[in-house]
Amino acid sequence: MKHLLSAADLSYDDAILVLDTAKQLAAATEQGVGKLPPLRGRTVVNLFYEDSTRTRISFEAAAKRLSADVINFSAKGSSVSKGESLKDTALTLEAMGADAVIIRHNSSGAPHRLANAGWISGGVINAGDCTHEHPSQALLDAFTLRNHLRNGEGDLKGINVTIVGDVLHSRVARSNVLLLNTLGAKVRLVAPPTLLPYGVEDWDCEVSYDLDASLEGSDAVMMLRVQRERMNAAYFPNAHEYSNRYGLNVTRMNRLSESAVVMHPGPMNRGVEIASSVADHVDRSAITEQVEMGVAVRMACLDILTRKARGQEGWA
Amino acid sequence: MTNMSILNGNVILPGADTTEQLSLHIADGKIASVGTAAQAAEHIDASGLIVAPGIIDFGVFKTDKPAFRFGGITRAALMPDQSPVHDDPATVRFAALKGKPDLWVHPLAAATQGLDGLHMAEIALMKDAGAVAVATGRKWIADSGVMLRIMHYCAALDLPVIVHNEDSGVAGHAVATAGETATLLGLSSAPVVAETLAIARDLLLAEESGAHVHFRQVTTAGGLDLIRAAKAKGLRVTCGITPAHLFLSDNAISDFRTFARLSPPLRSESDRLACIQAIADGTIDVIASGHDPRGPEDKRLPFSESAPGMAGAETLLALSLNLVRDNVISMGRMFELLASNPAKILGLNAGQICEGQEADLILIDVDAPWQVDGNRMAALAGNTPFDRLPVQGRVRQMLKGGKLI
Repeated sequence: MKHLLSAADLSYDDAILVLDTAKQLAAATEQGVGKLPPLRGRTVVNLFYEDSTRTRISFEAAAKRLSADVINFSAKGSSVSKGESLKDTALTLEAMGADAVIIRHNSSGAPHRLANAGWISGGVINAGDCTHEHPSQALLDAFTLRNHLRNGEGDLKGINVTIVGDVLHSRVARSNVLLLNTLGAKVRLVAPPTLLPYGVEDWDCEVSYDLDASLEGSDAVMMLRVQRERMNAAYFPNAHEYSNRYGLNVTRMNRLSESAVVMHPGPMNRGVEIASSVADHVDRSAITEQVEMGVAVRMACLDILTRKARGQEGWA
Repeated sequence: MTNMSILNGNVILPGADTTEQLSLHIADGKIASVGTAAQAAEHIDASGLIVAPGIIDFGVFKTDKPAFRFGGITRAALMPDQSPVHDDPATVRFAALKGKPDLWVHPLAAATQGLDGLHMAEIALMKDAGAVAVATGRKWIADSGVMLRIMHYCAALDLPVIVHNEDSGVAGHAVATAGETATLLGLSSAPVVAETLAIARDLLLAEESGAHVHFRQVTTAGGLDLIRAAKAKGLRVTCGITPAHLFLSDNAISDFRTFARLSPPLRSESDRLACIQAIADGTIDVIASGHDPRGPEDKRLPFSESAPGMAGAETLLALSLNLVRDNVISMGRMFELLASNPAKILGLNAGQICEGQEADLILIDVDAPWQVDGNRMAALAGNTPFDRLPVQGRVRQMLKGGKLI
């Protein structure tokens, strides 16, 4: 595998390899090793057509810790705002000699187009494409879950993960359902009926409209960002009703088991899908840890994806 | 004008299911006699070939002569979605003359100015200029009052109203049908009720106004049930489809294949089978290509940014022949769907092989094998969702008004 486009592309062994590699890299970072050498002299491009804080910085930090040269590209302030097509941008990157391209795009499938159109020779990592997928987020979520609930070893067999919120428009939810299933976790989706995708009943997970009934037995609760613009399109009435029915507040948090962990991919709407006191809770919230682990997981992705090109054993 | 004979072809006669080996005589661009033709000085030996009426392609987006020649299309009804929009008599008159003499273009007039869905266009003047019907274009008219008045107006002018049946509120910005594939791909999608709702409304308005309404593409089991019921009730309602919705389901958009991005979008397998059933039972009246050639600048894009549409003129006949091979319909019925029904709906004196009609004919080798190849198509662009598909049936000769094209 040369690209990371979808969590569905990851076999069980592929996923475990990423998590184990990330664990080693995280340990190295903790020991204060500083920069590691594998990508010295390689160029990694951050190609961002959509705003991002966490993911872009995380990939940049990951590439730099692996000694790569990083080019940051955002559509704003580039020729994209003059109407340049994805193809021409890709050809420009190819001419610059990009060894890996990390793309975030506002159209589902844009990373597939970039990876398979023959425009570039480097590897492509999907850093979020509209409502399709965000596989590196799923990997870092799995890594965080494994650290909390499995002492950083093995897979996630038997863990109950409840994902709450706008599943319909969430690339994070799609990638997470796929990867969590691969790793053996049990997934439950909780959302109002208007925010669940068509055909979700055929997915390998449970579906519920009722958050309160879903808290018991959850080992982890993953809250999804709910976008304010959805209120204008009658997906739900307003923030008040939404947070009342689907927000994670302290009362609901206290009904979770002792060991359960609260997660959120960010950016958060504090007071809507998650209360500040929950998000900042020292024992329960793994939200900043998710961000921290994101760097190690993305280092692992970049490392493994470029191994073949560097003449090493990598993904098949 | 020369006289010509076409000898010993297997001729498709009106109303017949199978062909009959006959000769035709053509004089002054018209079919002079069918059957015992005197052999003219100029003649074509059509032994082993099917002699059929030229295809009348109901609803194309481009006048694309090389593709039409390849596909055996002698007449095409041109959608008003042009640049500029065909919403005034001058553009309609120009479009009607554009293909002559070897291709007749029958313009469809925009129902509303600029296809805005709000203000009625100069429908009667466009009729005088050569428009054969009125169309809502790629869009649907959301305002039911506007639609009702257009239907009333067209009923009085005896013009059919050709509608795109997709409720814009339900469809929103959807680029796919709600289903497993769209969900997996993270594409914005709409449920099939977008189509059935639109059809239900326009059937009620058709009943109210007495207009002849033609649903250009009906692609769902529910929509076809509504049409079937309306026909049984005696309403003047007809409908069509393209081969894409007969032979592809929404699986075809997997891997974000933009050549399979169509409007309306491809449906589930069960809807596809319902469409085949509706071809068999006669609910569907027309098969058309929906010819919309789109180059890489429109198609080599992320899925939701790409333009909908397919280059269909070249594959229309060969794919329709699959329906005959699969025993869904007879050869004669296929040419009703491809030629005589479009002519009937649009009021054209064409589409059948009988004395006195324009000699618009195609000679087909139905067994000739070939492979669809998007890179080597005659069309302006090769955006076919059937790329690499082996098919059978080639047009060997084509006559328009008695002249070999």
